[in-house]
Amino acid sequence: MSDEALAAGVASRRPRRSLLDSERLLAVGGLTPAVVYIVALVGFPFVLAVLMAFSDVTVGDPSLDFVGLETLRQVLEDPVFWRALRNTLFFTVVSNALVVILATALALILTKDFKFKWLIRLLVLLPWTTPVSLATISWLWTLDTIFSPIDWVLRQLGLLEGNMIWLGQPRLALASVIIVHTWRIVPLAAVIVMAGMLAIPTEIRDASDIDGAGFWRRTFEIEIPLMAPIIGVAVLFGVILSVTDMTVVHVLTRGGPTNYTQVLASWAFYKGIEGGDLAQGAGTALFLLPVLVAVAALILRFARRTEVL
Amino acid sequence: MAATTLEAQRRRAELKRVWGRVSLYVLAITAALLAAFPFLWSTITMFKQDQDLYNRDNNPFWFTLPPTLEHIRYLFENTAFLTFVRNTMVVGLAVVAITLLISLPAAYSLARLAGRWGERMGIAIFLVYLIPPTLLFLPMSRVVASLGLLESLWSLILVYPTITIPISVWLLMGFFKGIPRDIEEQAMVDGYTRAGAVMRTVLPLVFPGIVAVIVFSFTLSAHEFIYALSFISSTANKTISVGVPTALVRGDVFFWQSLQAAAVFVALPIAIVFNLFLDRFIAGFTMGAVKG
Repeated sequence: MSDEALAAGVASRRPRRSLLDSERLLAVGGLTPAVVYIVALVGFPFVLAVLMAFSDVTVGDPSLDFVGLETLRQVLEDPVFWRALRNTLFFTVVSNALVVILATALALILTKDFKFKWLIRLLVLLPWTTPVSLATISWLWTLDTIFSPIDWVLRQLGLLEGNMIWLGQPRLALASVIIVHTWRIVPLAAVIVMAGMLAIPTEIRDASDIDGAGFWRRTFEIEIPLMAPIIGVAVLFGVILSVTDMTVVHVLTRGGPTNYTQVLASWAFYKGIEGGDLAQGAGTALFLLPVLVAVAALILRFARRTEVL
Repeated sequence: MAATTLEAQRRRAELKRVWGRVSLYVLAITAALLAAFPFLWSTITMFKQDQDLYNRDNNPFWFTLPPTLEHIRYLFENTAFLTFVRNTMVVGLAVVAITLLISLPAAYSLARLAGRWGERMGIAIFLVYLIPPTLLFLPMSRVVASLGLLESLWSLILVYPTITIPISVWLLMGFFKGIPRDIEEQAMVDGYTRAGAVMRTVLPLVFPGIVAVIVFSFTLSAHEFIYALSFISSTANKTISVGVPTALVRGDVFFWQSLQAAAVFVALPIAIVFNLFLDRFIAGFTMGAVKG
């Protein structure tokens, strides 16, 4: 700012307002719309979700009559619920174990300089930037019962006769869902890890260069330990995405064959929206809550350590 | 003697460097191929003739019969694809507008005005982001129904900001913290009100953050699936995310080429825009770490 402008500014200065009061007022005014929006459309539905789980509300009888634990008892009695719960945990653990390794590797690659990096980055990000349902449509065709190109390759290599029938067999269908989840989460996790790596002071890396630490030693003894907390944050985001997702299952297998790949979120959808039993749907979805609370607590802990939050 | 060892050492170092470059390229290309594989397959598929595609023995990665544009034409002329695109645009833009209007003042207040109390509030707002639609879609459809918004795009315009506001407040807070307080304080000394000072000096500086929020909010609303699936069942009001998988499948008949064309036509533009702004997102997320 030029001196003249400054001088003019000082000259035209208004009488001092009570700054503290106006700041507090401004802060309240600035925050109110956001808080009202969130309380009305997240807080209230959340309370409603809990109330619904303790009621017998259905599409046919929309009144919220309190029935205590009856609805939850019905939810727990259904063997499909237990399979869905098991699948949710299984998918989450396996795909995120893969995410840790692959995302770290990807982040290490993408922070290096090389030619055509923009193209590589574009292709690598596709799984994350494409709407999940469309990405899954692509996979649905890739895993097609008859025309899967993976089967064709296996046939050409003489490893397969006929078809794998990826989505029609329980074990292969489970594996397919895990592959799609992992494929989708790795790019996002890698981006988070990259963000964290930028926060690592370059002096440490430079110092290790001067000390003559080789690539492997530098990677495993310096970079990865420094990255550990941010990798933790990335994985927790991955966990949230895979615990709460129903799109992949809905588009890929519709929970089949015969509910074999059902997860909590998809089961809640089929019960609540397609089956019309809102109470049981809400009751099923409610079991996502403990996982989410645990994850939130962990994120806060990791974040404190990395100073990302 | 000494010269030869030096020469050998240099050669070994050179070899190591070349080896490092080669393995870097191999890894990068492998990663790209794995990530893009389904889309590459989609891209080839969308140009294939039926007789070529539906023959198990034809090479799926090449054209046995000449490529055709017929299925892409079908997508644009005989399906509601363009309606889905339009709906997605309408919802996306409205959500972006609401998100900016609400999260800019909130983020500024949290970054500058609210003090320690603001830090806790910031974390609380961030945690809201972790409450997923899958937990809320059943009560939310009740709320939407009681407002008379079922089957309407307004239901999505109303509900999507619950996803975009928390993450946007978080991102913008980082950008605001990255700007020295002196800037608007100087303008206030010059006689502007705080609001005037912010408008004139701070907003232009957080412009990259605003762009990031626009891209992020738009993509999040284009991605969303479960609310759209629960609230809207008429083809005329579907968004791409729900419309494409349902409209191009009639019973057991999949219009594979057109479906894959739709996936590619949506995936590519979003990926390109994201790629352009990726460094900004990364900067934004790490700037949140700057203690204000």
